[in-house]
Amino acid sequence: MNIASATSAGTRTRSPRVGENADRPDGIPKVRGEFAFTNDAWVDGMLYARTVRSPHPSARIVSVDYSAALALPGVVCIVTADDVPGRATYGLEHHDQPVFASDVVRFHGEAIAAIAADHPETARAACAAVRVEYEVLIPLTDAEAAITAAPIHPDGNVIRHLIVRHGDPANAPGDVSVEGTYEVAMQDQAFLGPECALAIPGDDGGVDIHVATQWLHADRDQVSACLGLDPELVRLTMAGVGGAFGGREDISLQIHVALLALRSGRAVKLFYSREESFFGHVHRHPARMWYRHSATNDGRLTNVEARLVFDGGAYASTTSAVLANASCFAAGPYSVPNALIEGWGVRTNNPSCGAMRGFGAVQTCFAHEAQMDKLAGALGIDPIELRRINALEPGGRNITGQVITGTLPTRAVIDACAAHPLPPAAGDDMMERPGGAGRTTDAGHVVRGVGFAVGWKNLMFSEGFDDYSTARVRVDNGVVSVHTACAEVGQGFVTLAQQIASTVLGLDSVIVLPSDTAVGSAGSTSASRQTWMSGGAVKLACEAVLQAIIADAAATYGVATDDVQLIDDRLMSADGLLDIAIADMVAGRSYDETVEHHHAPTATLDANGQGDAHVSFAVAAHRAVVDVDLDLGLVRVVDVTTAQDVGRILNPRQAVGQIEGGIAQGVGLAVMEEIVVRNGVVRNASFTDYLIPTALDMPTVSIAALIEEPEPGAPFGAKGIGEPPTISSTAAVVAAIRNATGKALARTPVRPQDIVFG
Amino acid sequence: MSQSFNLTVNGIGYSVGDAWIGESLLHVLRERLGLPGAKNACEQGECGSCSVLLDGELVCSCLVLAADAIDSAIATVEGLAPDGGLTDVQQAFLDAGAVQCGFCTTGLVVAVHHLLDATPQPNDLDVQEAISGNVCRCTGYGRIHEAISLVIARRGER
Repeated sequence: MNIASATSAGTRTRSPRVGENADRPDGIPKVRGEFAFTNDAWVDGMLYARTVRSPHPSARIVSVDYSAALALPGVVCIVTADDVPGRATYGLEHHDQPVFASDVVRFHGEAIAAIAADHPETARAACAAVRVEYEVLIPLTDAEAAITAAPIHPDGNVIRHLIVRHGDPANAPGDVSVEGTYEVAMQDQAFLGPECALAIPGDDGGVDIHVATQWLHADRDQVSACLGLDPELVRLTMAGVGGAFGGREDISLQIHVALLALRSGRAVKLFYSREESFFGHVHRHPARMWYRHSATNDGRLTNVEARLVFDGGAYASTTSAVLANASCFAAGPYSVPNALIEGWGVRTNNPSCGAMRGFGAVQTCFAHEAQMDKLAGALGIDPIELRRINALEPGGRNITGQVITGTLPTRAVIDACAAHPLPPAAGDDMMERPGGAGRTTDAGHVVRGVGFAVGWKNLMFSEGFDDYSTARVRVDNGVVSVHTACAEVGQGFVTLAQQIASTVLGLDSVIVLPSDTAVGSAGSTSASRQTWMSGGAVKLACEAVLQAIIADAAATYGVATDDVQLIDDRLMSADGLLDIAIADMVAGRSYDETVEHHHAPTATLDANGQGDAHVSFAVAAHRAVVDVDLDLGLVRVVDVTTAQDVGRILNPRQAVGQIEGGIAQGVGLAVMEEIVVRNGVVRNASFTDYLIPTALDMPTVSIAALIEEPEPGAPFGAKGIGEPPTISSTAAVVAAIRNATGKALARTPVRPQDIVFG
Repeated sequence: MSQSFNLTVNGIGYSVGDAWIGESLLHVLRERLGLPGAKNACEQGECGSCSVLLDGELVCSCLVLAADAIDSAIATVEGLAPDGGLTDVQQAFLDAGAVQCGFCTTGLVVAVHHLLDATPQPNDLDVQEAISGNVCRCTGYGRIHEAISLVIARRGER
């Protein structure tokens, strides 16, 4: 007899489960203009703040006179280095950056003071009224020279020097060798919502900060250290984030706005202009990379040697980890028996660099893929075949000696991408030629090119870092609430959290609570890690709740706990005595479980850069088709086709969005995106002069295949998918331009003059 | 220099009291009228996140002085679906997955309404041109094109 079925409810709206398309829970407010981004936050009587910044990349501060600024009507509060009550410096890995510069400035745009006033225009005028006398110094701007130059910071100029020595690189000549030196320029994350925070002083001497960030707990710990406050007194809440891409992983304005709020005793909002945003966050490291690849005549790689110099700019940020990634992935997803990689991450008076989508792997991919094409040419082997021959697959070792134990369908992504049909030849419409709306391009001078590239990187943090995530899941009368500190920056974690909870619990009403520091850390929204880490935490917490529900059901209906299973949305026992909708079972009951999710531990790298330093890997291939105007050096990227290793797709719609968006940033780095820095001075800190792809610039994106080989250890087998689209797309586009022009093009982005005069 | 003036936004009259005369329409909408749907990604007329309609013309509200808009009908994203529902463009953005961080979304929704009101059957190039003044950093525009196609198809079915 079925004792429970009589209590089953009628039809319910079934919410999407893992693997299905699901609507974003924040979607309706976002299309209606009702979603509260950080800068939409409002408190009556709040002040508006702005930052005083150095116009020089290197200078000694002789004197500062705030009297004219303070005398302006409406100016309430100025804070400087003298007002920092706790630690004077901050930083994600090394706290080497002063909250405010006081004796010297080390990069163009470094903060010297912050001012709060009754109107943003008053704050701007007050900043302009601050009189700073500088003794201007000659900036150190050459990363190579910085290795041996006089230190520009007490911690020295070398942030990290890393050797990866694998096999016997001194005795692995091969039959053929090719060399090259490659450069990647500084790229900006250019997230659309500029930095913003609203700080509100608390009655307890603490402060509440509503902020757009990638990592609430890392922010809290740095802010509290500099404020000299107990971490519990610094409460952070995630406010609406307008994109991130790595640029919000470091502190920007958090400490400044908190100081102003505590000092003035009033709510203060600090919102960066686009220009300030360029000065206020770290960028993708510019890199100069020498490579020598050696291979046998039949195309087997014998040795990869490289010397990588990454310009970290004035402060360390994540340079150390970026350099490790660049070095570990320097040979690409290929089986390489011998390798010697020497990596340098150095300090200069250029803008600070840190995390951006792809995190070190983008730079070396640009170089190793150019080398693979060069090697294919020297060997007379088809470049795609050369990649197939050397493809690293499960069971193989990477150059840090780690055996690939999970999935890595390198050959599958190469084959799927290469097999996809090419786009049709260019049409007659002048608008579709490289000159576009300029109508400058003569059809007879347009050459089409095709390029191919493969890239890979790690998922999660590496080198022994335990970047765990915490989830608290409650079920109250059938409604599931999920609480994490995971930063939703647009990637759609909030959607996945709902899908995961619905899938594990068989319940359709799931609320994702705002992220804040009232729950344990979720780690950073970076390194393609939140689906795995916080998604995994949500899954584990839901499973813990499910076990408690099953125990209640077993006790209530007199069946053994071990016999009860959740099948879709019904709790059933093997003997058929129990068959009840889980929604009915939890009616009137409450459950509450908090779980930490840790990934498998990783090792540090030894003195030879060897070790099982990474949790998991993901690989992708890109094929680009370009039309190039040889006279004017203009490029139209016609198509980018990709195949990607995804583990398992949890939400197809969001997966496609990540892939298309990541390719857009890769295309940008290939043909237009560069922070132009001359003698340490940023020349294009605006969207007028720093160009990112518009709808007219974007190629057709074709997804040839999403390779679903579930990854062992990953929740539902899903790999993070955000970064691979950005890694090899740049290399593929530049390879296509080389193919069209015959030019070496060893630097990205490719500028018109590189094509015409290069 | 401060002054009071009146604006008409989404058919509703607003009095802007004692505002600095140099304030942009974007600033006044967001900070004084409680209409934060127009966003401020660049405040330089490059990104389109602040798109509104001024007498039916698509403009960057960051480049319009609020005090210069006193005689104009201003339409913002908040006024598109006044009953609390969604327009077909908003629904299509959700259905197609065109929304990620959402910072560009409201400007794009206004721009797409403007496009399709003037050109109900745009070709691909019309669409690319029409939204090329609205920068999106998350999506690569693929799902946005999909959303626009969806609107055109659905309007054709009606």
